[in-house]
Amino acid sequence: MTYLLFPSPPRVLLGPQRLRPFLVEAVRRAGIEGPIGVVTAGWQEREEEVDELREHLGRRVVNLRLYQRAEQVLAGDRELFRAYRDRQERLRRLQELYRLRLAYALDAVRDLQSRRLAPELLEPERSAAIATVRALDAHHLARIAEVHAAFAEAWRPMERDSVARHRQELAALAAQCAAFGVAGGHVAVLLNRLRLFGVGEMMADKPLFAWSGGAMVLARRLVLFHDHPPQGRGNAEVLEAGLGLVGDVLPLPHARRRLDLADPSRVALLASRFAGEACLTLDDGAELSWNGSRWRANAEVRKLLPDGTLTVGPR
Amino acid sequence: MSRGLAIDRLLARQPDAAAVERFLARHRFPLVEGSTATFVFRGEADEVLLRHWIWGLPSARPFQRVADTELWYLVEELPAGSRVEYKLEVVRDGGRELLQDPLNPQLARDPFGANSVCQAAGYETPAWTLPDPEARPGEIVEMAVESRALGGRRRVGVYLPARLRPTRRYPLIVAHDGFDYLRYAALGTVLDNLIHRLEIPQVVVALTDSPGRLEEYAAQPGHARFVTEELVPKLERELPLRGGPSGRCLMGASFGAVASLATAWRYPGFYGRLLLQSGSFAFTDIGVTHRGPAFEPVVEFVNAFRRAPGRCVERLFVSCGVYESLIYENRSLVPLLQRTGMEVRYVEARDGHNWENWRDRLREGLSWLFPGPLWMVYE
Repeated sequence: MTYLLFPSPPRVLLGPQRLRPFLVEAVRRAGIEGPIGVVTAGWQEREEEVDELREHLGRRVVNLRLYQRAEQVLAGDRELFRAYRDRQERLRRLQELYRLRLAYALDAVRDLQSRRLAPELLEPERSAAIATVRALDAHHLARIAEVHAAFAEAWRPMERDSVARHRQELAALAAQCAAFGVAGGHVAVLLNRLRLFGVGEMMADKPLFAWSGGAMVLARRLVLFHDHPPQGRGNAEVLEAGLGLVGDVLPLPHARRRLDLADPSRVALLASRFAGEACLTLDDGAELSWNGSRWRANAEVRKLLPDGTLTVGPR
Repeated sequence: MSRGLAIDRLLARQPDAAAVERFLARHRFPLVEGSTATFVFRGEADEVLLRHWIWGLPSARPFQRVADTELWYLVEELPAGSRVEYKLEVVRDGGRELLQDPLNPQLARDPFGANSVCQAAGYETPAWTLPDPEARPGEIVEMAVESRALGGRRRVGVYLPARLRPTRRYPLIVAHDGFDYLRYAALGTVLDNLIHRLEIPQVVVALTDSPGRLEEYAAQPGHARFVTEELVPKLERELPLRGGPSGRCLMGASFGAVASLATAWRYPGFYGRLLLQSGSFAFTDIGVTHRGPAFEPVVEFVNAFRRAPGRCVERLFVSCGVYESLIYENRSLVPLLQRTGMEVRYVEARDGHNWENWRDRLREGLSWLFPGPLWMVYE
C-alpha cells in the first residue's frame, strides 16, 4: 500500500457509528482539542439531528448544514437549479450506459473465472478481461468528469451569489473547527453537497474523521457495491471521482453485510479490478488512521487481495 | 426397488409398534430426502389421503398402511424449492375428516383456516418476512371513504412508513385484500424490512377489502371508479404522496390481481406500476369458461383486454405458482403484456395459490417496481 502523496494532517476512517459509536475515542486518541465541524448531508432531511452525535462527542459540534444550504440555493437560484437538474439527468443516463457495458464485461470475467484450462492459456485472458473492466471504469470516470467540468465552466457555481454567500459562511465556520467529521448516508447526495460548496478544500488542511459512507466520498473514486441486491447480479460500479483526501484507500463500509467475503472469486475480482487502490473493509469497530506518515489499522480492518483472500489491513 | 429412503429401511425390517415409535421419534415429518417427501400418519383409520392443491396431480393421494401397525405413509416427488400446502383426509367408520398433519408444526394460515406445509429441500422462509428488531415499524391507520361508485362507506387501512415526513413525497400502492395481505402474507413486516434494508423506498400502502370481492374484483367498473376517482384522490389530498403514474401502483392476488389490471386498463396512464400475483385471468378463445359463473365477468374482461391490451402502465410484475391451475392463464398473458411495450417481469415459483407464495414474491416484485436507495446509502 502506498502512502498519501502530500503532507497531510490526521485522517481517520471508521466503520458505522449508528449502533456502537466510538468516534469519541478516535478523536481523543488523535489529541484533538476544540470544536468539531460535522457534515451530515448524507442524512438528507435528518441532517439537523446531530444531538446524539454532540452528546457522544461531549464537545461543541458545528453542523455545516450542507443539505439545507443546497436546498436553499436550488430553491432560490432557478437558473442554477435547471442546470443542476439537467446535469444530474446526464449523469444518470451515463451511469445507465456504463452499467450496461459493465454487465457484459463482468460476465466475461466471471465466465473466464469459472473455466478450467491450462493456466498459460487462461491466465492472460483473465488478466485481459479484468483490464477491459478497469479501462471501462476509467472511461466512465472520464465521461463523468467531462460533465462536471462542462457544468463548472458554464455555470461557475462557486462564483454565483447564491453559492458564494454560503461559502463565506462555511469558511468562517470551518475556521472555528479543530477537525471535521463526515457522516455516511446517501453518498451521492453527500458528495454533491460537499462539491457544490467546495468543502473538500476547506477541510483538507485539518484532521478529518469520516465513517461509513463519509469515508467513501473522501476516496479517489466513489465505488458503489452490494453482492446481494434484490435485483441484478450485484456488479460494483464506479459512480464518480471522490474528494481524493485519503490517498489510495478504497473504503468498503458494511463489507460483511454487503459483500460475499467468503467467495474468493468475488473478493479476487474486486481487489484486481481496483488494484491501484487498497480495498479495505470498514465494518463495526473498524478504525483506519493516517498519522501524517503512515496508515495504521485495528484488527477489524481487512484488506481484499487479488488472490481472493483477506488479510488484516492495511498491509 | 429400494429408493434408499428412511421409510424403505423401516419397511425392510417389517417393523413392530416399537420400531414405528422409534422411527417417528427420530425424524421430522414430512420427511424430506432429496427430491422426495414422505408423509406419515399414525392412527386407526380405514383410509388416509393427502389432500393438496397441486394442479396436475390427483388432488387426493392415498397413503399405504404398514402391515400390522397403525402407521400410514405416502412418498411423493417434491422438486427442490417447492412449498406445498396440504391436509390429511382420514376415513374412519364411514366418516371423513380433514386434519392438519398432527406430526407437522408448520402451518400456513388463510381466510379459511390453516393448512399444513411441506417445505422441500432448498426452500427456506425468507428472512425478510420475519420481524427484524432493527427495522423501524410503520404504522397502520384506518380511514373511512365515502363511495358513490360503490354506494356507502368503505374502510381503508393505510400503512405509513416509520419516520414519514410531510415535506417528502411518497409513492402510493393500493393493495387489494390489503388486510389479508397483512394477516396472511406479513405485508407490514415485509414493508418494514424492505424499507429498512433500503431495497424499496418509503412507501404508503392503502389496504382495501371488499364485502363482495368475487363481484367487485371481477373487473367491475364501479370498483375501478372507486379506486381511481375516490380513494386515490382522497389519499393524495390528505397524505404527502408523489402522485403521477410513476408514484401510483395497484397490487393484488387472484381476483385482486384482476381488479388491479382491470382498474389500470380502464384508466390508462393514471397508474404506472402493477403487481399481479396469481391473477385469475381466465379467458376463452371459443365457447364458455368451465370455471363457473363467478368467472364470467372476468372472462369478459380478459377477452376484451386480450383483444386490445394497450399500454396501460409502465411496469408490471407478474408472478404465479407452477402448482396452481392459473399458471396457464398467467403464462398466456405475459407475451401479450410484453408486446404492448410495457416493462414486464414474470416470475414463477414452485408453490400454489396461497398467501405465503404471494408473500415470498413481494421482495422481488416491490423492489423491481420501486427500487430503493440500497446502492447509494451507507449509514
